[in-house]
Amino acid sequence: MILARVVGNVVATQKNDRYEGGRILVVQPIAPDGVDEGPELLALDSVDAGVGDTVIVVREGWSASTSSTGQPGAAIDSAIIGVVDAIEIASES
Amino acid sequence: MQLARVIGTVVSTVKSDLLEARKLLVIQPLDAKLEKTGKPIVAIDSVGAGDGEVIFWCRGKEASFPFEPLDVPTDCTIVGIVDSVNRV
Repeated sequence: MILARVVGNVVATQKNDRYEGGRILVVQPIAPDGVDEGPELLALDSVDAGVGDTVIVVREGWSASTSSTGQPGAAIDSAIIGVVDAIEIASES
Repeated sequence: MQLARVIGTVVSTVKSDLLEARKLLVIQPLDAKLEKTGKPIVAIDSVGAGDGEVIFWCRGKEASFPFEPLDVPTDCTIVGIVDSVNRV
């Protein structure tokens, strides 16, 4: 999983059937200290995350599909599976 | 999934039987500001996307799921056409 911040959403009328009813959010991957890392990606929401939330994103299809649609086998490669309350780093390695 | 723009078409005569009649498109990955990020890649279309459109695509094994029960060999499939991106 990766840490990310929700920065927006995507509206798409014409899409794969399995995305119907889902919320497609734009997330910015971040380091544990909150600094942006790399380009944004899209993830299906499964936890009612909102813009500004720090979230946990799973980037694996089976998990992403089951968490966001309740069934495996959808063409979904990323899903938001948790909203982060706090990140504690004990020591720099 | 990631945003991208359709920038071209690939024509291939000799190919896997399972790719027969599939539309192969060249897409340029985009960030949420719709600016280019990374290199263009080849994607199979599953939603009727066309030249110049902003789309989103799915990577990996999941990319072949829209074509089930066929096992279409792809690791990159266009799964939606973007109406708008709202970035706060």
